[in-house]
Amino acid sequence: MKPISIRKFDAIIVGAGGAGLRAAIQLSESGLKTAVISKVFPTRSHTVAAQGGVAAALGNSEEDNWQWHMYDTVKGSDWLGDQDAIEFMCRKANEVVVELEHYGMPFDRLDNGKIYQRPFGGHMSNFGEKPVRRACAAADRTGHAMLHAMYQRNVRANTQFFVEWMALDLVRDGAGQVLGVTAMEMETGEVVMFQAKATLFATGGAGRIFYSSTNAFINTGDGLGMAARAGIPLEDMEFWQFHPTGVAGAGVLITEGVRGEGGILRNSSGERFMERYAPNAKDLASRDVVSRAMATEIKEGRGCGPHKDYVQLDLTHLDPKTVMQRLPGIREISIQFAGADPIKEPIPVVPTAHYMMGGIPTNYYGQVVVPKDGRHDAVVPGFYAAGECACASVHGANRLGTNSLLDLLVFGKSAGETMVADIRAMPSAHPDLPADAFDLTRSRLARLEDQKDGANVHETQLAMRRVMQDHCGVFRFPDMLEQGVTKILEVETRVRATEIKDKSQVFNTARLEALELDNLIEVAKAAMISAEARQESRGAQAREDHPDRDDANWLKHTLWYRAANRLDYKPVQMKPLSVDSIELKKRVY
Amino acid sequence: MSREAELGRLRWHSRRGMLELDLVLERFWRRHGESLSEEQAASLARVLELEEADLWEIICGRREIGEPRLQGMIELLREV
Ligand SMILES: Cc1cc2nc3c(=O)[nH]c(=O)nc-3n(C[C@H](O)[C@H](O)[C@H](O)COP(=O)(O)OP(=O)(O)OC[C@H]3O[C@@H](n4cnc5c(N)ncnc54)[C@H](O)[C@@H]3O)c2cc1C
Repeated sequence: MKPISIRKFDAIIVGAGGAGLRAAIQLSESGLKTAVISKVFPTRSHTVAAQGGVAAALGNSEEDNWQWHMYDTVKGSDWLGDQDAIEFMCRKANEVVVELEHYGMPFDRLDNGKIYQRPFGGHMSNFGEKPVRRACAAADRTGHAMLHAMYQRNVRANTQFFVEWMALDLVRDGAGQVLGVTAMEMETGEVVMFQAKATLFATGGAGRIFYSSTNAFINTGDGLGMAARAGIPLEDMEFWQFHPTGVAGAGVLITEGVRGEGGILRNSSGERFMERYAPNAKDLASRDVVSRAMATEIKEGRGCGPHKDYVQLDLTHLDPKTVMQRLPGIREISIQFAGADPIKEPIPVVPTAHYMMGGIPTNYYGQVVVPKDGRHDAVVPGFYAAGECACASVHGANRLGTNSLLDLLVFGKSAGETMVADIRAMPSAHPDLPADAFDLTRSRLARLEDQKDGANVHETQLAMRRVMQDHCGVFRFPDMLEQGVTKILEVETRVRATEIKDKSQVFNTARLEALELDNLIEVAKAAMISAEARQESRGAQAREDHPDRDDANWLKHTLWYRAANRLDYKPVQMKPLSVDSIELKKRVY
Repeated sequence: MSREAELGRLRWHSRRGMLELDLVLERFWRRHGESLSEEQAASLARVLELEEADLWEIICGRREIGEPRLQGMIELLREV
């Protein structure tokens, strides 16, 4: 292999989605030499898919305040969220949204010129009393507009972008300090060391570990894989939010609005089964309730189709005009991806993995924290994380819609500020790289290059996604989890022996996909093993054998280590920064 | 850039920020990947420069693409 050249920066950011771009603004505008590395052009990051909006208690349409938002977020998290980080996020919300407005974000507006706000599930006024308008949006292009506004701001601030580069491994020295990442340029296949005084991961989610996912193909959890290989634990990886209505086989999201317009879920005998699970709210019950009901119907043999593996979302009783006018996007999606025109036949749907609540453990300054010397929150010097790949933890066991775009802005900014301060406190020379800095990257690439009689990447990836869907889905059964652990470890042995036929250097997508699979499998193991161990139901984790939340034993964060798949736990921060703790209660809506 | 490399680049540019586009482009490659002419590859390269939401609206037929010479490629994407 060719020698690895070294490029030095003050700060390196891996990921150019909402979180990475927000942090980069902070660093570049402080005059620091900042590089952003991204697999794809920044405005093609997955943040572009977000439509619903970003939460902030601006109170533009009706009374609202950050304490109510904080209460909703703690309750939504089923009390697993850290209350210091949640207070921090909710208090900063107005500031970061107004800043975004100044960056040129074209928010929808009221007649009086203020930002228009709409209601969204779980966001309430007066400590859970009634729905409140808290989501700020830019038509149905919120994420798109956000990326554009922040990308332009970065261009102005001279952020250096390395687009179509894939970060491969985190580099640490013997004392554990993070010194940067190795990365591969897709156009040449060249591997370079990006050395920095501060390294931020903002690599987004990993929904592609599941067979059915609303996430784009790019969400392969690279940051989590790199962190895990470098000995950093992953936090609360059992918690994945499932959206009840993804198109079966494709995953594309069908919004809640369809059931709002009168869409009905039916099982194989045509029964409106939600009447049994939620007699009042029926098809409009909350996401987790509907997802669990669907999973139960399928598990008990009442699913539809030859494999009895989906249920139907029926709109055929609605006036075709309603479907055409109110839900045109849905009709297109259904025809494209299910081959079904919803005016004439029902849409096949399954609960679909949507959002990863867990991630790389951080505090609200964006610093990565791990257990060390009897402390559970020792800072890893030089290492930061923000956005969906990080776990601050504000979403706990369940995220509220529109809170993740807020998370990106608040913790992207906060991590950027911390990095600026930390870099300024460091000597001007970069710390030395250890002699073995590139060993891991070299050995992974060499293994892939030389593999004979190995496993096919696509087939192995598919096997992983099937195991996760069947054994670690929306509703979890003890025997299935136990078998799931064995099966995912078996898939791992195949991942370690993947083989690619094409060995070219230039835009070799086969190699990129094999490297991504190395990361996906780390996320999959973390999720399965953490889920199997947690013997309770809380937020997104619903176990058949332990149907209730168990605060006496499980009010704690999981930490999964790659080495020997060891699990550790750390306490939930119940103490906010300035207000009283939000006491434990049953989470009912 | 060799043809091989150019196709690799187009394949990577078919990785999008929206799942809808990933799925349509995946089907496109499965159906037409082997037989893509040089002219088609050039059209695809232009089409892949479009913004996510714009490209999706065009594929759904809610809008037409401004450049008539790309219409053939859009039809192929709509068909798959
Ligand atoms: C369909 C859908 C709709 C949603 N709607 C909403 C909504 O309305 N409101 C809301 O709050 N949330 C919503 N969410 C969730 C929210 O969009 C995401 O959580 C959020 O956008 C993640 O942003 P991010 O900056 O962390 O990562 P991303 O935007 O995913 O960006 C990740 C970046 O990392 C880069 N990257 C990854 N790996 C590597 C590597 N190895 N090397 C180099 N670069 C790498 C990528 O190129 C990319 O630039 C939605 C999610 C989905 C799937």
